[in-house]
Amino acid sequence: MDYAIEMLNITKDFPGIRANDNVTIRVKNNTVHALLGENGAGKSTIMSILFGLYQPTSGTIKVKGKEVVIDDPNVANELGIGMVHQHFKLIDCFTVTENIILGMEPKGKLGTIDIKKAAKRVEELSKTYGLNVDPNAKISDISVGMQQRVEILKMLYRNAEILIFDEPTAVLTPQEIHELMKIMRNLIKEGKTILLITHKLKEIKEAADECTVLRKGKCIGTINVADTSEEEMARMMVGRDVNFSVEKGEAHLKENILEIKNLCVKDVKGLPAVKDFSLTVRAGEIVGLAGIDGNGQTELVYALTGLCKAESGEIILKNQNITKMPIKKRLKSGMSHVPEDRHKHGLVLDFTLKENFIIHCYDSSPFSKNFVLQPKAIDDYADKLIEQFDVRSGQGKNTLTRSMSGGNQQKAIIAREIDRSSDLLLVVQPTRGLDVGAIEYIHKRIVQERDAGKAVLLVSFELDEIMNLSDRIAVIHNGELSGLVYRKDIDENDLGLMMTGSMKKVEAL
Amino acid sequence: MKKYSHLTISLIAVATGLIFAFLLTLLTGKNPYDLLTALVRSMTGFNLQNIGSFNITYVLNWFLNAVPIILTGLSVAFAYRTGLFNIGGEGQIIAGSTAAAAVAILFDLPPVIHPIVCILAAALAGALWGLLPGFLKAYRNINEVVICIMMNYSGMYFCSWFTKRFLPIDPNTNERTISILKSAELPQVFTSTTSQFNWGFLVAIIGLFVFWFIIEKTTFGYSLRATGFNKEAARFAGMKVERNITLSMMIAGAFSGIAGAVLILGIYKYGRIFTTFDNYGFDGISVALVGGAQSIGVFLAGLLFGLFKAASGNLQLFNIPKEISELIQAIIIYLVAIQYAITLLLNKINMKKNKNQLENKVEGGNTSCN
Repeated sequence: MDYAIEMLNITKDFPGIRANDNVTIRVKNNTVHALLGENGAGKSTIMSILFGLYQPTSGTIKVKGKEVVIDDPNVANELGIGMVHQHFKLIDCFTVTENIILGMEPKGKLGTIDIKKAAKRVEELSKTYGLNVDPNAKISDISVGMQQRVEILKMLYRNAEILIFDEPTAVLTPQEIHELMKIMRNLIKEGKTILLITHKLKEIKEAADECTVLRKGKCIGTINVADTSEEEMARMMVGRDVNFSVEKGEAHLKENILEIKNLCVKDVKGLPAVKDFSLTVRAGEIVGLAGIDGNGQTELVYALTGLCKAESGEIILKNQNITKMPIKKRLKSGMSHVPEDRHKHGLVLDFTLKENFIIHCYDSSPFSKNFVLQPKAIDDYADKLIEQFDVRSGQGKNTLTRSMSGGNQQKAIIAREIDRSSDLLLVVQPTRGLDVGAIEYIHKRIVQERDAGKAVLLVSFELDEIMNLSDRIAVIHNGELSGLVYRKDIDENDLGLMMTGSMKKVEAL
Repeated sequence: MKKYSHLTISLIAVATGLIFAFLLTLLTGKNPYDLLTALVRSMTGFNLQNIGSFNITYVLNWFLNAVPIILTGLSVAFAYRTGLFNIGGEGQIIAGSTAAAAVAILFDLPPVIHPIVCILAAALAGALWGLLPGFLKAYRNINEVVICIMMNYSGMYFCSWFTKRFLPIDPNTNERTISILKSAELPQVFTSTTSQFNWGFLVAIIGLFVFWFIIEKTTFGYSLRATGFNKEAARFAGMKVERNITLSMMIAGAFSGIAGAVLILGIYKYGRIFTTFDNYGFDGISVALVGGAQSIGVFLAGLLFGLFKAASGNLQLFNIPKEISELIQAIIIYLVAIQYAITLLLNKINMKKNKNQLENKVEGGNTSCN
């Protein structure tokens, strides 16, 4: 069998660190080859080398059997290598076709752009690969899944033979993920080769033929996906046994902690984003809020935490109406919050770790005395949290937070928020972008909080996470509560239907 | 990529600036040794071309020149730490100068108390001039740079009107007020020299300490820094971001206002009717930039730029155009502003070095095998 890409014995040194150590990846023609590894395992480095952004310290690259030197992304494009980025690079107010031809516009008469010709080609490509994209639709009007297909089309339009997908499912609904897998199969059928970067084992199982596992820059091995179980792959990736299912007992419900009553919130454009939304979270349970990104979750969370104001309705926290309270008072009256965007909201990245730990309580005892910070108390507290929550970093509490890995940054936030021991724990996307090991740990801590009698509201776009952790599941679609069910009564399929608004079921009050 | 400390970068910038200056003097047919002489004389008081001569006045003049720009440097640095750009130093200095002059002329207070009250009045006036840009930035998200520049001009015209309207004008010149009361003056430290070096330097030292203490040690400074680094996270943590921004701009204004007071009480000794800017406020931007917006950095950078200010007179004495000193300053500022490029360059050099070493080692290994 011929190989589309061979990266042989690639080593890449950065000052002080070896990012890739003698890594060999051989991708067979016409197959889906997965690249699996934790954050920091060297996946992005090796892909950057393939894409010409870095030069390997040693090793050779062969494309279709021929040895090549890729010293520029343009060279990669010429060799037929295309990348579908995790964060789409599309212009919202342009049509699909306009986006696709950007940078290589077909010339018509008098130097004008022959948009019709381009649209025709886009339509043909779309048909050939079963993408079902309307070439004349505006990007701002189509769904995220559709936008991803536009990215794929962009590569096909440029005659890419080898497509690299970088974490393609992070933003998709379960249905869209299925569609994407189908599309990948179609691409293979039409003679393309796919390199899939991911840390989701389920997807590898579903779509990939072979899988190369990286750990700490080293190549652990290449396996045949059909013969290998998910548990085995996880073990290869992490280096130890991983427990997938979150272990948790029955929920012991107590009093109402958070009551959201008929809440309406407007988004930044002034349009209604949360509509007449009601939900109660009790002590001792985890309520998962499922939904596709952009259906009002962000605005709901902002209204709960006080970042934006509610139009109408009430938010009751421990029998206290907090609807109009300033942020600080809400936090003080019993709310902990792990925010969706840890870089924007959760951390001051240019602060040290210990400075980030005291961000809520810097002005109260023991960290402050007469408006002066107390370094000793701050140091002690940081040491305590670092030890309790196993936050790892280069220089301990004095590490600049920016230089820490995503997993440890998230652990730091979780540590800070859990240690405040509030009655309500509001967790949004707690494991986004994290690897299996960190996810396992964070899930365990969340369940521990539930068992300690806290009320947990978990907002997540990852269905697996919702299914694994929740006792009850609420679904939000288009700002409305489209589902409220007990975890044990529901399967992924129905949830998907509720998330898209095709089904409504509010029964687990 | 290896990071380099701000000090390393700044030192490289200073060295490059000096090398360029020497080359340029050479190119224009002057003697670089004269340039060296002028700089050494401004720093140490010794004349290299006349060994044995020593005049402390030069050294004192160096420090004298550094005092106001250290204060305006602190002003810019303080705002910068909260994520603001204070380009309104000129207006704040003028407001501070006018307030200090008014208190120094209109009120009769005992010595020591009098200059302190003048300085406090100047701080208040400067803070008032920082209030509007800070407030509009915080609550209406209006760019503080635009407002600051507008405040510079309105400050100049308002204060010249105020001075003419309310303060006694010197009948001989009509361009300034009468002299301030003796009790309000900041006296010379060493009366035996001709240098005007005065107790204003103590104000700058106290300013440096206050800056460091507020920013690094207090809870207020912590919340200002959090706001400066990441406004959203600060808001998220329940900090009063809007209040912080307004206060920060006011405190920045107070530093500049004090600079104005020190100039009036220590050097001019009369109230001025401003028709142009003195550029101390703009110099403060360079000082804060080169000093990395740190207390100690502002101190060192203030001394550095103070030196070039003081040296420009000496340069002419030695027949070197005084523009050379401005040129050195410009080069330093440019290089510090593009410090990322310097970091990249240093990394490249290091990489080459490492590579050479590596290759040498590999070759060495081979020979031993053979």
